[in-house]
Amino acid sequence: MIRLYDYVLSASCYKVRLMAALLGVRLEQVAVDFHPGQEHRSVEFRRLNPAGTLPVLQVGDLVLNESTAMLVYLARSAGPAWLGPDTPEAGGQVQNWLAFSARLGGSLGMARLHDMLLYPGDIDALRHAGHQCLREMEAHLTEQRFAGRIWLVGTAPSIADIACFPAVALSLDGGVTLDDYPSVRLWTRAVRALDRFVEMPGIHRLHELTPTPTAADRAS
Amino acid sequence: MISASVLNEWYPVAMASQIRAGKTRETLLLGQPITVTLTGDAVTVQGKSGPLHVCEHYGHVWACPGTPAHDLFPIPEAAQPGRRLVDVGVVRVKCSPLRAVENFLDIAHFPFIHTDVLGAEPHTEVNRYEVAIREESDEVWATKVTFYQPQAAKSAAGGIVQPLTEELCDVWPWMALFDDTTPQAELIAFQQMIFLQDRSILENQIPRLLPLDPGMEIPTQADLTSIAYRRWLKRRGLTYGAQMVAA
Repeated sequence: MIRLYDYVLSASCYKVRLMAALLGVRLEQVAVDFHPGQEHRSVEFRRLNPAGTLPVLQVGDLVLNESTAMLVYLARSAGPAWLGPDTPEAGGQVQNWLAFSARLGGSLGMARLHDMLLYPGDIDALRHAGHQCLREMEAHLTEQRFAGRIWLVGTAPSIADIACFPAVALSLDGGVTLDDYPSVRLWTRAVRALDRFVEMPGIHRLHELTPTPTAADRAS
Repeated sequence: MISASVLNEWYPVAMASQIRAGKTRETLLLGQPITVTLTGDAVTVQGKSGPLHVCEHYGHVWACPGTPAHDLFPIPEAAQPGRRLVDVGVVRVKCSPLRAVENFLDIAHFPFIHTDVLGAEPHTEVNRYEVAIREESDEVWATKVTFYQPQAAKSAAGGIVQPLTEELCDVWPWMALFDDTTPQAELIAFQQMIFLQDRSILENQIPRLLPLDPGMEIPTQADLTSIAYRRWLKRRGLTYGAQMVAA
Protein backbone atom coordinates (compact mmCIF):
# COMPACT_ATOMS: atom_id res chain seq x y z
CA MET A 1 0.00 0.00 0.00
CA ILE A 2 1.23 3.46 -0.89
CA ARG A 3 0.56 5.88 1.94
CA LEU A 4 0.47 9.66 1.43
CA TYR A 5 0.66 12.00 4.40
CA ASP A 6 -1.47 14.70 2.97
CA TYR A 7 -2.83 18.23 3.40
CA VAL A 8 -5.83 19.12 1.28
CA LEU A 9 -4.76 22.71 0.49
CA SER A 10 -1.10 21.93 -0.28
CA ALA A 11 -0.13 22.32 -3.93
CA SER A 12 2.73 19.83 -3.44
CA CYS A 13 0.42 17.19 -1.93
CA TYR A 14 -1.97 17.74 -4.82
CA LYS A 15 0.86 17.05 -7.29
CA VAL A 16 1.08 13.54 -5.88
CA ARG A 17 -2.70 13.00 -5.63
CA LEU A 18 -3.09 14.16 -9.24
CA MET A 19 -0.27 11.93 -10.55
CA ALA A 20 -1.68 8.91 -8.71
CA ALA A 21 -5.18 9.58 -10.07
CA LEU A 22 -3.93 9.93 -13.64
CA LEU A 23 -2.04 6.66 -13.28
CA GLY A 24 -4.97 4.90 -11.61
CA VAL A 25 -2.87 4.24 -8.50
CA ARG A 26 -4.72 4.08 -5.19
CA LEU A 27 -3.22 6.02 -2.28
CA GLU A 28 -3.94 5.60 1.39
CA GLN A 29 -4.31 9.26 2.36
CA VAL A 30 -3.54 10.32 5.93
CA ALA A 31 -4.73 13.87 6.69
CA VAL A 32 -2.20 15.99 8.58
CA ASP A 33 -3.35 19.15 10.38
CA PHE A 34 -0.96 21.58 8.64
CA HIS A 35 -3.15 24.63 9.31
CA PRO A 36 -3.92 25.64 12.00
CA GLY A 37 -2.42 22.70 13.96
CA GLN A 38 1.15 22.75 12.52
CA GLU A 39 1.14 18.98 13.05
CA HIS A 40 3.89 18.55 10.44
CA ARG A 41 6.28 20.38 12.79
CA SER A 42 5.55 18.08 15.72
CA VAL A 43 8.11 15.72 17.25
CA GLU A 44 6.08 12.63 16.26
CA PHE A 45 5.81 13.72 12.66
CA ARG A 46 9.52 14.55 12.45
CA ARG A 47 10.24 10.96 13.45
CA LEU A 48 8.76 10.04 10.07
CA ASN A 49 10.09 13.06 8.18
CA PRO A 50 12.91 14.97 9.89
CA ALA A 51 12.42 17.85 7.45
CA GLY A 52 8.99 18.54 8.99
CA THR A 53 7.42 19.05 5.56
CA LEU A 54 4.47 17.71 3.58
CA PRO A 55 3.80 15.60 1.60
CA VAL A 56 5.44 12.36 2.71
CA LEU A 57 5.11 9.17 0.67
CA GLN A 58 5.65 5.89 2.48
CA VAL A 59 5.84 2.50 0.80
CA GLY A 60 7.14 -0.14 3.22
CA ASP A 61 10.62 1.04 4.24
CA LEU A 62 10.76 3.69 1.53
CA VAL A 63 10.04 7.21 2.76
CA LEU A 64 10.15 10.16 0.34
CA ASN A 65 9.71 13.80 1.33
CA GLU A 66 10.18 15.58 -2.02
CA SER A 67 7.05 15.71 -4.17
CA THR A 68 8.97 15.55 -7.47
CA ALA A 69 10.72 12.38 -6.27
CA MET A 70 7.25 10.94 -5.53
CA LEU A 71 6.21 11.67 -9.12
CA VAL A 72 9.24 9.74 -10.36
CA TYR A 73 8.42 6.82 -8.03
CA LEU A 74 4.77 6.67 -9.13
CA ALA A 75 5.57 6.99 -12.84
CA ARG A 76 8.35 4.36 -12.74
CA SER A 77 6.14 1.91 -10.92
CA ALA A 78 2.82 2.47 -12.72
CA GLY A 79 3.32 4.39 -15.96
CA PRO A 80 6.87 4.85 -17.29
CA ALA A 81 5.57 6.83 -20.30
CA TRP A 82 5.01 9.70 -17.83
CA LEU A 83 8.79 9.95 -17.31
CA GLY A 84 9.03 11.55 -20.78
CA PRO A 85 10.82 10.36 -23.93
CA ASP A 86 13.79 8.06 -23.25
CA THR A 87 16.50 10.32 -24.65
CA PRO A 88 19.30 12.24 -22.91
CA GLU A 89 17.78 15.54 -24.06
CA ALA A 90 14.27 14.80 -22.80
CA GLY A 91 15.61 13.31 -19.57
CA GLY A 92 17.53 16.53 -18.93
CA GLN A 93 14.54 18.68 -19.81
CA VAL A 94 12.23 16.78 -17.47
CA GLN A 95 14.71 17.16 -14.59
CA ASN A 96 14.98 20.84 -15.42
CA TRP A 97 11.22 21.32 -15.08
CA LEU A 98 11.10 19.29 -11.87
CA ALA A 99 13.66 21.66 -10.36
CA PHE A 100 11.81 24.62 -11.87
CA SER A 101 8.67 23.53 -10.01
CA ALA A 102 10.51 24.27 -6.75
CA ARG A 103 10.97 27.87 -7.96
CA LEU A 104 7.22 28.03 -8.63
CA GLY A 105 6.54 26.81 -5.11
CA GLY A 106 8.97 29.33 -3.63
CA SER A 107 7.33 32.24 -5.48
CA LEU A 108 3.69 31.66 -6.51
CA GLY A 109 3.24 29.08 -3.76
CA MET A 110 4.54 31.36 -1.02
CA ALA A 111 2.47 34.29 -2.33
CA ARG A 112 -0.57 32.02 -2.01
CA LEU A 113 0.29 31.04 1.60
CA HIS A 114 0.81 34.72 2.40
CA ASP A 115 -2.52 35.84 0.98
CA MET A 116 -4.58 32.86 2.09
CA LEU A 117 -3.19 31.56 5.40
CA LEU A 118 -1.45 34.78 6.56
CA TYR A 119 2.14 33.46 6.19
CA PRO A 120 4.86 36.13 6.54
CA GLY A 121 6.72 37.25 3.43
CA ASP A 122 7.49 40.14 1.07
CA ILE A 123 4.40 39.77 -1.08
CA ASP A 124 5.57 42.10 -3.86
CA ALA A 125 8.88 40.25 -4.19
CA LEU A 126 7.12 36.85 -4.19
CA ARG A 127 4.68 37.91 -6.90
CA HIS A 128 7.51 39.44 -8.95
CA ALA A 129 9.46 36.19 -8.77
CA GLY A 130 6.27 34.34 -9.74
CA HIS A 131 5.86 36.50 -12.83
CA GLN A 132 9.50 35.80 -13.77
CA CYS A 133 8.75 32.07 -13.69
CA LEU A 134 5.51 32.49 -15.67
CA ARG A 135 7.32 34.51 -18.35
CA GLU A 136 9.82 31.68 -18.77
CA MET A 137 7.02 29.14 -19.05
CA GLU A 138 5.04 31.31 -21.45
CA ALA A 139 8.05 31.67 -23.77
CA HIS A 140 8.68 27.92 -23.75
CA LEU A 141 5.04 26.89 -24.18
CA THR A 142 4.60 29.39 -27.02
CA GLU A 143 7.55 27.77 -28.82
CA GLN A 144 5.94 24.40 -28.22
CA ARG A 145 2.65 25.65 -29.68
CA PHE A 146 4.44 26.95 -32.80
CA ALA A 147 5.77 23.40 -33.17
CA GLY A 148 2.25 22.00 -32.80
CA ARG A 149 2.76 20.72 -29.23
CA ILE A 150 1.11 21.61 -25.94
CA TRP A 151 3.18 19.88 -23.20
CA LEU A 152 6.36 21.03 -21.48
CA VAL A 153 8.50 18.17 -22.85
CA GLY A 154 7.93 16.25 -26.07
CA THR A 155 4.52 15.37 -27.46
CA ALA A 156 2.83 13.79 -24.44
CA PRO A 157 2.10 14.83 -20.85
CA SER A 158 4.85 13.93 -18.37
CA ILE A 159 5.77 14.32 -14.72
CA ALA A 160 7.22 17.71 -15.74
CA ASP A 161 3.68 18.99 -16.44
CA ILE A 162 2.26 17.53 -13.24
CA ALA A 163 5.10 19.02 -11.16
CA CYS A 164 4.53 22.53 -12.51
CA PHE A 165 0.73 22.54 -12.87
CA PRO A 166 -0.52 23.04 -9.26
CA ALA A 167 1.38 26.23 -8.36
CA VAL A 168 0.53 27.77 -11.74
CA ALA A 169 -3.16 26.83 -11.62
CA LEU A 170 -3.41 28.26 -8.08
CA SER A 171 -1.52 31.49 -8.84
CA LEU A 172 -4.64 33.65 -8.47
CA ASP A 173 -4.88 32.55 -4.82
CA GLY A 174 -1.69 34.57 -4.31
CA GLY A 175 -2.89 37.53 -6.34
CA VAL A 176 -1.06 36.63 -9.58
CA THR A 177 -3.34 36.42 -12.62
CA LEU A 178 -2.54 34.42 -15.74
CA ASP A 179 -4.09 37.11 -17.97
CA ASP A 180 -0.74 37.89 -19.63
CA TYR A 181 0.13 34.25 -20.29
CA PRO A 182 -2.20 32.75 -22.93
CA SER A 183 0.00 29.75 -23.70
CA VAL A 184 0.23 28.92 -20.00
CA ARG A 185 -3.56 29.19 -19.70
CA LEU A 186 -4.10 26.85 -22.64
CA TRP A 187 -1.63 24.40 -21.10
CA THR A 188 -3.55 24.42 -17.79
CA ARG A 189 -6.70 23.57 -19.78
CA ALA A 190 -4.86 20.69 -21.43
CA VAL A 191 -3.90 19.30 -18.02
CA ARG A 192 -7.46 19.70 -16.72
CA ALA A 193 -8.77 17.86 -19.78
CA LEU A 194 -6.66 14.76 -19.07
CA ASP A 195 -8.56 11.54 -18.54
CA ARG A 196 -9.00 10.80 -14.78
CA PHE A 197 -8.03 14.39 -13.80
CA VAL A 198 -8.90 15.26 -10.18
CA GLU A 199 -9.44 18.75 -8.78
CA MET A 200 -8.46 20.48 -5.56
CA PRO A 201 -9.89 23.60 -3.88
CA GLY A 202 -9.06 26.51 -6.19
CA ILE A 203 -8.63 24.27 -9.24
CA HIS A 204 -11.92 23.47 -10.88
CA ARG A 205 -12.73 20.75 -13.36
CA LEU A 206 -13.74 21.68 -16.89
CA HIS A 207 -17.50 21.66 -16.40
CA GLU A 208 -18.06 22.88 -19.94
CA LEU A 209 -16.34 19.82 -21.38
CA THR A 210 -18.59 17.35 -19.60
CA PRO A 211 -21.65 16.28 -21.59
CA THR A 212 -24.80 18.34 -21.20
CA PRO A 213 -27.24 16.46 -18.96
CA THR A 214 -29.99 14.77 -20.94
CA ALA A 215 -33.65 14.39 -20.06
CA ALA A 216 -32.90 10.80 -19.06
CA ASP A 217 -30.23 11.97 -16.56
CA ARG A 218 -32.70 14.38 -15.01
CA ALA A 219 -35.30 11.69 -14.56
CA SER A 220 -32.87 9.42 -12.71
CA MET B 1 -17.93 57.52 7.87
CA ILE B 2 -19.13 54.23 9.34
CA SER B 3 -22.68 54.30 10.72
CA ALA B 4 -23.48 53.67 14.38
CA SER B 5 -25.52 50.59 13.50
CA VAL B 6 -22.34 49.01 12.07
CA LEU B 7 -20.08 50.17 14.92
CA ASN B 8 -22.45 48.89 17.60
CA GLU B 9 -22.32 45.25 16.45
CA TRP B 10 -20.00 42.45 17.63
CA TYR B 11 -17.26 41.16 15.29
CA PRO B 12 -14.89 38.20 15.65
CA VAL B 13 -11.26 39.35 15.86
CA ALA B 14 -9.23 36.29 16.96
CA MET B 15 -9.24 32.66 18.05
CA ALA B 16 -9.56 32.73 21.84
CA SER B 17 -7.20 29.75 22.26
CA GLN B 18 -4.35 31.49 20.41
CA ILE B 19 -4.65 34.70 22.43
CA ARG B 20 -4.94 32.68 25.66
CA ALA B 21 -1.74 30.86 24.64
CA GLY B 22 0.05 34.21 24.70
CA LYS B 23 -0.02 35.19 21.02
CA THR B 24 -0.79 38.82 20.16
CA ARG B 25 -2.80 39.48 17.02
CA GLU B 26 -2.30 42.74 15.14
CA THR B 27 -5.20 43.04 12.75
CA LEU B 28 -7.84 45.33 11.27
CA LEU B 29 -11.49 45.81 12.20
CA LEU B 30 -13.64 47.90 9.85
CA GLY B 31 -10.47 49.41 8.38
CA GLN B 32 -8.97 50.41 11.76
CA PRO B 33 -5.85 48.78 13.26
CA ILE B 34 -6.49 46.85 16.48
CA THR B 35 -4.35 44.71 18.79
CA VAL B 36 -5.81 41.62 20.43
CA THR B 37 -3.71 40.48 23.37
CA LEU B 38 -3.72 38.88 26.80
CA THR B 39 -3.41 41.41 29.63
CA GLY B 40 -3.08 39.54 32.89
CA ASP B 41 -5.99 37.12 32.79
CA ALA B 42 -8.18 39.11 30.42
CA VAL B 43 -8.27 39.27 26.64
CA THR B 44 -8.19 42.92 25.57
CA VAL B 45 -8.70 44.60 22.23
CA GLN B 46 -6.96 47.95 21.83
CA GLY B 47 -7.91 50.38 19.08
CA LYS B 48 -6.29 53.67 18.10
CA SER B 49 -8.49 55.66 20.44
CA GLY B 50 -8.78 53.22 23.32
CA PRO B 51 -10.00 49.77 24.33
CA LEU B 52 -12.97 48.10 22.59
CA HIS B 53 -15.77 46.12 24.22
CA VAL B 54 -14.77 42.44 24.34
CA CYS B 55 -16.44 39.08 24.90
CA GLU B 56 -15.43 35.45 24.32
CA HIS B 57 -17.83 32.97 22.73
CA TYR B 58 -17.71 29.92 20.42
CA GLY B 59 -13.92 29.74 20.67
CA HIS B 60 -13.48 33.29 19.40
CA VAL B 61 -12.75 36.74 20.75
CA TRP B 62 -15.42 39.26 19.72
CA ALA B 63 -15.07 43.04 19.80
CA CYS B 64 -17.47 45.94 19.43
CA PRO B 65 -15.93 49.24 18.33
CA GLY B 66 -19.00 51.28 19.37
CA THR B 67 -21.51 50.78 22.18
CA PRO B 68 -22.92 47.25 22.04
CA ALA B 69 -26.54 47.41 20.86
CA HIS B 70 -27.18 43.94 22.31
CA ASP B 71 -25.42 40.82 23.57
CA LEU B 72 -23.76 38.54 21.05
CA PHE B 73 -26.29 36.30 19.28
CA PRO B 74 -26.67 32.76 20.63
CA ILE B 75 -25.60 29.68 18.66
CA PRO B 76 -27.62 26.99 20.49
CA GLU B 77 -25.74 24.19 18.67
CA ALA B 78 -22.47 25.31 20.30
CA ALA B 79 -23.88 24.53 23.75
CA GLN B 80 -25.51 21.20 22.81
CA PRO B 81 -24.01 18.27 24.71
CA GLY B 82 -22.08 15.86 22.51
CA ARG B 83 -21.24 18.39 19.83
CA ARG B 84 -17.58 18.50 18.88
CA LEU B 85 -16.21 21.99 18.17
CA VAL B 86 -13.40 22.02 15.59
CA ASP B 87 -10.92 24.87 15.13
CA VAL B 88 -10.49 24.95 11.36
CA GLY B 89 -8.07 27.89 11.23
CA VAL B 90 -8.18 31.31 9.64
CA VAL B 91 -8.38 31.90 5.87
CA ARG B 92 -8.03 35.36 4.30
CA VAL B 93 -10.35 36.22 1.43
CA LYS B 94 -10.18 39.26 -0.86
CA CYS B 95 -13.90 39.95 -0.95
CA SER B 96 -16.55 41.99 0.82
CA PRO B 97 -17.23 40.45 4.25
CA LEU B 98 -20.92 40.56 3.36
CA ARG B 99 -20.28 38.38 0.31
CA ALA B 100 -18.40 35.91 2.53
CA VAL B 101 -21.43 35.65 4.83
CA GLU B 102 -23.87 35.42 1.93
CA ASN B 103 -21.89 32.49 0.55
CA PHE B 104 -22.81 30.46 3.63
CA LEU B 105 -26.49 31.12 2.93
CA ASP B 106 -26.45 30.09 -0.72
CA ILE B 107 -27.64 26.63 -1.73
CA ALA B 108 -27.65 26.81 -5.51
CA HIS B 109 -23.85 26.76 -5.89
CA PHE B 110 -23.35 23.35 -4.23
CA PRO B 111 -23.32 21.14 -7.35
CA PHE B 112 -21.09 23.56 -9.28
CA ILE B 113 -18.52 24.62 -6.67
CA HIS B 114 -18.60 21.61 -4.30
CA THR B 115 -19.14 19.04 -7.03
CA ASP B 116 -19.64 15.50 -5.72
CA VAL B 117 -19.39 16.72 -2.10
CA LEU B 118 -22.22 19.08 -1.14
CA GLY B 119 -23.97 18.66 -4.50
CA ALA B 120 -23.65 16.89 -7.81
CA GLU B 121 -24.57 17.36 -11.43
CA PRO B 122 -27.17 16.94 -12.82
CA HIS B 123 -29.03 17.42 -9.48
CA THR B 124 -28.81 21.20 -9.70
CA GLU B 125 -32.41 22.23 -9.14
CA VAL B 126 -33.17 24.14 -5.94
CA ASN B 127 -36.57 23.00 -4.73
CA ARG B 128 -38.93 25.53 -3.19
CA TYR B 129 -38.07 26.37 0.39
CA GLU B 130 -39.15 29.02 2.89
CA VAL B 131 -37.33 32.11 4.07
CA ALA B 132 -38.33 34.44 6.87
CA ILE B 133 -36.83 37.31 8.83
CA ARG B 134 -37.67 36.35 12.41
CA GLU B 135 -38.46 39.60 14.14
CA GLU B 136 -38.07 38.32 17.71
CA SER B 137 -34.47 37.15 17.20
CA ASP B 138 -33.68 39.54 14.32
CA GLU B 139 -32.35 36.69 12.19
CA VAL B 140 -32.73 35.42 8.61
CA TRP B 141 -33.99 31.83 8.54
CA ALA B 142 -34.27 29.41 5.62
CA THR B 143 -36.40 26.34 6.34
CA LYS B 144 -37.73 23.27 4.51
CA VAL B 145 -34.57 23.16 2.41
CA THR B 146 -33.99 19.88 0.62
CA PHE B 147 -31.00 19.21 -1.58
CA TYR B 148 -29.14 16.22 -2.95
CA GLN B 149 -25.80 16.04 -1.09
CA PRO B 150 -23.41 13.14 -1.72
CA GLN B 151 -21.11 13.67 1.33
CA ALA B 152 -22.55 16.38 3.53
CA ALA B 153 -22.72 14.28 6.71
CA LYS B 154 -19.58 15.79 8.20
CA SER B 155 -20.46 19.38 7.43
CA ALA B 156 -22.75 20.74 10.16
CA ALA B 157 -20.97 24.00 9.73
CA GLY B 158 -20.71 27.61 8.70
CA GLY B 159 -18.16 30.36 9.07
CA ILE B 160 -17.23 33.29 11.26
CA VAL B 161 -16.22 36.41 9.32
CA GLN B 162 -14.02 39.30 10.50
CA PRO B 163 -14.44 42.43 8.33
CA LEU B 164 -10.88 43.77 7.87
CA THR B 165 -11.89 46.30 5.22
CA GLU B 166 -14.87 46.61 2.88
CA GLU B 167 -13.08 44.31 0.40
CA LEU B 168 -11.01 42.04 2.65
CA CYS B 169 -11.94 39.60 5.40
CA ASP B 170 -10.59 36.82 7.60
CA VAL B 171 -12.85 33.78 7.77
CA TRP B 172 -12.81 30.95 10.29
CA PRO B 173 -14.75 28.02 8.91
CA TRP B 174 -16.54 26.67 11.98
CA MET B 175 -17.97 23.28 12.91
CA ALA B 176 -20.00 21.87 15.76
CA LEU B 177 -20.86 18.30 14.92
CA PHE B 178 -21.88 14.94 16.27
CA ASP B 179 -18.89 12.81 15.35
CA ASP B 180 -16.61 11.11 17.86
CA THR B 181 -14.74 8.90 15.44
CA THR B 182 -13.35 10.94 12.53
CA PRO B 183 -9.77 12.12 13.24
CA GLN B 184 -9.45 15.86 13.87
CA ALA B 185 -7.12 16.39 10.88
CA GLU B 186 -9.69 14.82 8.54
CA LEU B 187 -12.50 17.06 9.80
CA ILE B 188 -10.30 20.12 9.34
CA ALA B 189 -9.25 18.99 5.86
CA PHE B 190 -12.88 18.42 4.84
CA GLN B 191 -14.01 21.84 6.03
CA GLN B 192 -10.99 23.63 4.53
CA MET B 193 -11.57 21.86 1.22
CA ILE B 194 -15.16 23.12 1.16
CA PHE B 195 -14.33 26.68 2.11
CA LEU B 196 -11.34 27.00 -0.22
CA GLN B 197 -13.54 25.90 -3.11
CA ASP B 198 -15.67 28.94 -2.26
CA ARG B 199 -12.72 31.28 -1.84
CA SER B 200 -11.63 31.32 -5.47
CA ILE B 201 -15.20 32.11 -6.51
CA LEU B 202 -15.69 34.81 -3.85
CA GLU B 203 -12.51 36.58 -4.97
CA ASN B 204 -13.81 36.76 -8.52
CA GLN B 205 -17.28 38.17 -7.82
CA ILE B 206 -18.06 41.63 -9.20
CA PRO B 207 -18.99 44.23 -8.21
CA ARG B 208 -16.53 43.88 -5.32
CA LEU B 209 -19.07 45.30 -2.85
CA LEU B 210 -22.36 43.49 -2.25
CA PRO B 211 -25.23 45.24 -4.08
CA LEU B 212 -28.25 45.58 -1.83
CA ASP B 213 -30.61 46.44 -4.68
CA PRO B 214 -31.30 44.36 -7.78
CA GLY B 215 -29.64 45.73 -10.90
CA MET B 216 -27.17 43.81 -13.04
CA GLU B 217 -27.86 40.74 -10.94
CA ILE B 218 -31.26 39.19 -11.53
CA PRO B 219 -32.29 37.10 -8.52
CA THR B 220 -34.25 33.90 -9.07
CA GLN B 221 -36.30 31.59 -6.87
CA ALA B 222 -33.08 29.84 -5.79
CA ASP B 223 -31.73 33.10 -4.32
CA LEU B 224 -34.51 33.58 -1.74
CA THR B 225 -32.14 33.52 1.22
CA SER B 226 -29.70 35.97 -0.35
CA ILE B 227 -32.53 38.36 -1.11
CA ALA B 228 -33.83 38.19 2.45
CA TYR B 229 -30.27 38.67 3.77
CA ARG B 230 -29.71 41.74 1.59
CA ARG B 231 -33.07 43.25 2.61
CA TRP B 232 -32.25 42.60 6.25
CA LEU B 233 -28.84 44.28 5.89
CA LYS B 234 -30.45 47.31 4.25
CA ARG B 235 -33.16 47.60 6.87
CA ARG B 236 -30.62 47.33 9.69
CA GLY B 237 -28.24 49.82 8.04
CA LEU B 238 -25.45 47.19 7.99
CA THR B 239 -23.84 48.61 4.88
CA TYR B 240 -20.12 48.14 5.53
CA GLY B 241 -18.98 46.22 2.42
CA ALA B 242 -22.23 46.96 0.57
CA GLN B 243 -22.83 48.88 -2.61
CA MET B 244 -25.71 51.28 -2.15
CA VAL B 245 -26.11 52.39 -5.77
CA ALA B 246 -27.90 49.85 -7.96
CA ALA B 247 -25.33 48.16 -10.21
